[in-house]
Amino acid sequence: MSVLVILEERGGKWNRLSFEALAAGERIAGALGAPLQAAVIGAGIEKLANEAATYKIAKIFAVEHDLLARYTPDGHTAALEQLIKAQQPKVVVFPHTYQVRDFGPKLSTRFGKALISDVVDIKTAGGQVTFIRQLFQGKLNSDVRAAGEPEFVSIQAGAFRAAEPGGEAAPVEKVAAELEPSQIRTKPEEPFREAQRSVDLSAADIIVSVGRGIKEKENLPVVEQLASVLGAELAASRPICDNGWLPMERQVGSSGQTVSPKVYFAIGISGAIQHLVGMKGSKTIVAINKDENAPIFEAADYGVVGDLFEIVPAIVEEIRKAKA
Amino acid sequence: MKIIVSVKQVPARDSALRVNSAGKWLDESDITYEMNEPDAYALEEALQLKEKLGGEVVVLCAGPQRAGQTIREALAKGADRAIHVEMDEEGPLDALATARLLAKAVAPESPELILTGLQSDDLGYGQTGVILAELLGYAHATIVMEVEPQGSAVRVKRELEDGWFQNVVLPLPAVLTIQSGIKKLRYATLMGIKKAKTKEVKTLSAGQLAADTSSTTVMDRVYLPQRSKQTQILTGDAKQVAHQLVEKLKFEARVL
Ligand SMILES: Cc1cc2nc3c(=O)[nH]c(=O)nc-3n(C[C@H](O)[C@H](O)[C@H](O)COP(=O)(O)OP(=O)(O)OC[C@H]3O[C@@H](n4cnc5c(N)ncnc54)[C@H](O)[C@@H]3O)c2cc1C
Ligand SMILES: Nc1ncnc2c1ncn2[C@@H]1O[C@H](COP(=O)(O)O)[C@@H](O)[C@H]1O
Repeated sequence: MSVLVILEERGGKWNRLSFEALAAGERIAGALGAPLQAAVIGAGIEKLANEAATYKIAKIFAVEHDLLARYTPDGHTAALEQLIKAQQPKVVVFPHTYQVRDFGPKLSTRFGKALISDVVDIKTAGGQVTFIRQLFQGKLNSDVRAAGEPEFVSIQAGAFRAAEPGGEAAPVEKVAAELEPSQIRTKPEEPFREAQRSVDLSAADIIVSVGRGIKEKENLPVVEQLASVLGAELAASRPICDNGWLPMERQVGSSGQTVSPKVYFAIGISGAIQHLVGMKGSKTIVAINKDENAPIFEAADYGVVGDLFEIVPAIVEEIRKAKA
Repeated sequence: MKIIVSVKQVPARDSALRVNSAGKWLDESDITYEMNEPDAYALEEALQLKEKLGGEVVVLCAGPQRAGQTIREALAKGADRAIHVEMDEEGPLDALATARLLAKAVAPESPELILTGLQSDDLGYGQTGVILAELLGYAHATIVMEVEPQGSAVRVKRELEDGWFQNVVLPLPAVLTIQSGIKKLRYATLMGIKKAKTKEVKTLSAGQLAADTSSTTVMDRVYLPQRSKQTQILTGDAKQVAHQLVEKLKFEARVL
């Protein structure tokens, strides 16, 4: 009746969200009085498994097969299905990575369960674990319980402070997955990055970032003026780049750039997690949004609840005065 | 190529979200609805594939009667026909239950490709397409940014984290979950809107499909999140707020 945390690697390197999921697993295991176990899946992962063994876990499973060298949903699902059937954990915990998005729901379906995805917090009472997940891109929360075991949950980036190694090394159990080449239907090619970006937002001191609140491309000069008086780089949330209003390379977030300027202006940006992960490291965050409940205010140091079309020109004016 | 596109109707992005008195879902009384954003991109991709290769685009939507409006919008943009799985929602289903319903409706169609959005704007499970693939025994790929059919296979470009991408080849039939921004969206033309009125919408009741829609997860409560961070909210008219902010930038953040 264990809690099993699935750690993620690519090309011999950890996805660091693995250790945030491990921290969540620690909490769940503690509440249930259950042993905490972990697993890593791949080929040639012995070194990683030994490293994971230094965390506060009862055991680590190193699930290996040559066909697992490069991630495929078929391979990972089959290998983990075997492990879960053999170990019968009560709760299986994943980091909510793009890879887990790709195979997690497939795996849980094999067990007739829905995955409780993108969990931000955990409540425990009387041996019952309740998971908190966001709705409407962070505008509402919900309390969710699993009906029946095994329970499958994935943990949102940044929701838990990563677990730290400590204590005695846990035993590593090697597990040979049973896989046939014919089981793997997708053929993955080598991952790649697009050509060098011409804008490096990570070097900017000040970033003025604009979201869908700007409404139309024709309104962009409103924020461009602010960027100009501040000597700031212009950036954007995904929809602005999806619409082609600004080039993709100015996108901040999980599929864009990660930035940590001295000041980040989030203007007409709601604050979805995929945007927040790209900018929460900024030293000072200023949010301007007409919705007082917008999740961006949770990340902001200074907030202005109001219409950006009134507020931003007024700020430009004040800065000009201050500089004069 | 026969393509099914799943399209969900969700509360419009700027709706005022109020929790209902039972605390289980929204008070839907003054909400307007729209097509889930990634689904609009999935539809666009499907329409462009059809324009290139010929075939048929079939819209698939599970939702109450009001979802008919979103279905018409998809038909007006160019989809050929639609399947509406009508349900009287008492709050939302979990992703497995929804996918089971959709799978039952899809199975007799035997499409070559199913396109879904990667995530719904309301529930945000990010799962329905992947589960659908598993239930139907199809291969799948998620967070797809490019689709290139190659005979009995399809090569897709997947988005990975931190600016990485990966091309993957998978055999048909397949499910692809489409990321926003894959193509530029079209608008419905007047002609399209007119034509949509004559296109076939097959309505199936959830009961008719005899899918197991029991929940394996239970949503106990929906609520406004409590804010924990001490954000300084600046108040006053635009000029006053601007003045305060510039002071802060000068003396606290020291960037001016
Ligand atoms: C796998 C995946 C990856 C993603 N990657 C990224 C990413 O890298 N970067 C990213 O940004 N997003 C990403 N997203 C999308 C993300 O989930 C959100 O959809 C997106 O960030 C929303 O952008 P937005 O805040 O500009 O738009 P909305 O959420 O539509 O917010 C617009 C905001 O503007 C406000 N507003 C409207 N009018 C005004 C006005 N006149 N004055 C002031 N405020 C106003 C509204 O109150 C609202 O809060 C990703 C999603 C997924 C599923
Ligand atoms: N009720 C529904 N009707 C049609 N498609 C749906 C429905 N629910 C989810 N989907 C599809 O599945 C995708 C992912 O949804 P979700 O798993 O809820 O995040 C959406 O973008 C839709 O394409």
